[in-house]
Amino acid sequence: MSGTDSTSPLWEVFVRARRGLAHTHVGSLHAPDAELALRNARDLYTRRQEGVSIWVVPAAAITASSPDEKDAFFDPAADKVYRHPTFYDVPDGVAHL
Amino acid sequence: MYGNDFSAPEDAPGGGLLGEVAAAEAALRAAATRQRGGGPGPDADLEAYFADVIDADQKIEPRDWMPEAYRKTLIRQIAQHAHSEIIGMQPEGNWISRAPSLKRKAILLAKVQDEAGHGLYLYAAAETLGVSRDELVQLLLDGRQKYSSIFNYPTLSWADVGVIGWLVDGAAIVNQVPLCRCSYGPYARAMIRVCKEESFHQRQGYEILHTLAHGTLEQKAMAQDAVDRWWYPSLAMFGPPDGDSTHSARSMAWKIKRFSNDELRQRFVDMCVQQAEILGLTLPDPDLRWNEQCQAYDFTEPDYAELMRVISGEGPCNRQRMEHRRRAHAEGAWVRVAAAAYAAKRSTAREAVAA
Repeated sequence: MSGTDSTSPLWEVFVRARRGLAHTHVGSLHAPDAELALRNARDLYTRRQEGVSIWVVPAAAITASSPDEKDAFFDPAADKVYRHPTFYDVPDGVAHL
Repeated sequence: MYGNDFSAPEDAPGGGLLGEVAAAEAALRAAATRQRGGGPGPDADLEAYFADVIDADQKIEPRDWMPEAYRKTLIRQIAQHAHSEIIGMQPEGNWISRAPSLKRKAILLAKVQDEAGHGLYLYAAAETLGVSRDELVQLLLDGRQKYSSIFNYPTLSWADVGVIGWLVDGAAIVNQVPLCRCSYGPYARAMIRVCKEESFHQRQGYEILHTLAHGTLEQKAMAQDAVDRWWYPSLAMFGPPDGDSTHSARSMAWKIKRFSNDELRQRFVDMCVQQAEILGLTLPDPDLRWNEQCQAYDFTEPDYAELMRVISGEGPCNRQRMEHRRRAHAEGAWVRVAAAAYAAKRSTAREAVAA
């Protein structure tokens, strides 16, 4: 994710494939501004009707949790199995639970 | 499907090459949800963690630790692949203005635009490894990085456009379908996109040839002539024989590469024989025959000395291709500068409004 291109910064592209689906990251591209980034994204990632909506985000504006920090960063979720419904014993014969 | 890159056609959803791409995509999803065998965590031992992810057929992602040689190998391979897509626009672009009908012209335009798109997917994948597209483009223009030798052959007739789709894109797909399972995530995902689009390219080429081969005698002769000229250069696209291939063994261990050059070449020959029969065209190899014992075709190897000459710059069109690319890059400079100036002007105007 090095956006070092001299005149054209790097943009990350997200496409909503159909109504009802979330925007999904599809790739990246270079463009001098947001308007051209959108046009380039349309030409590059939706030539075959892959989407009904596009977001472009400057790659430099994304703050990422690095996989290197994976253990520490996601630790708070590791010891809270009671957040999952499968943690609980359901007595036999109970319906609609 | 898992662990078997070339699934039998009957297993593959949709069958054929598209089915194999779909299978690779499904395997990518399956591997992502599979637990690894309790190996070291990402903080414990970087090298062991890397090996564990590769063993589990999961993907290495941009911010993961990776051996420097793995990074370098990928940059070299992905960049060369991207350059090939960009240079590959030239031989076919040569026929856009002379396509025999409006329909053929529109299709060829779309195909050449796809090639540009493939180049861009691949440059973007390479950039995740910490190199910039500007640097890679400069390496191509300086002749310090290569592109596929096949694009140094000329397109002399309209039938060549058909043969490029059938044989050249066909060989590229045989090479690229296993790359959909490459261990580096961004490359694997780019290859899935590329392969899905390439299968349209291959079919449009085959259709052009089928039309010509069933047309007038002159048209059929033109198709045969194109097959005669492109067959051996297409076989050479798989690279030198396994014994002489310099990067193969380590790339196989890292799961960047899944099959050897010779295995892929054999698979390509076995696919083409029946397709040529249906076209009613002859592959220019008198020694091509079914080998019952090997359950594969015996064939004449391409001239690898010629391959080496073309790679080193002595092919029929090397100079023309590079001159054209350098000129196009130089003549496009004002567009890049103007777009950057416009973007700068607009962002200054916005700041002025905000203040």
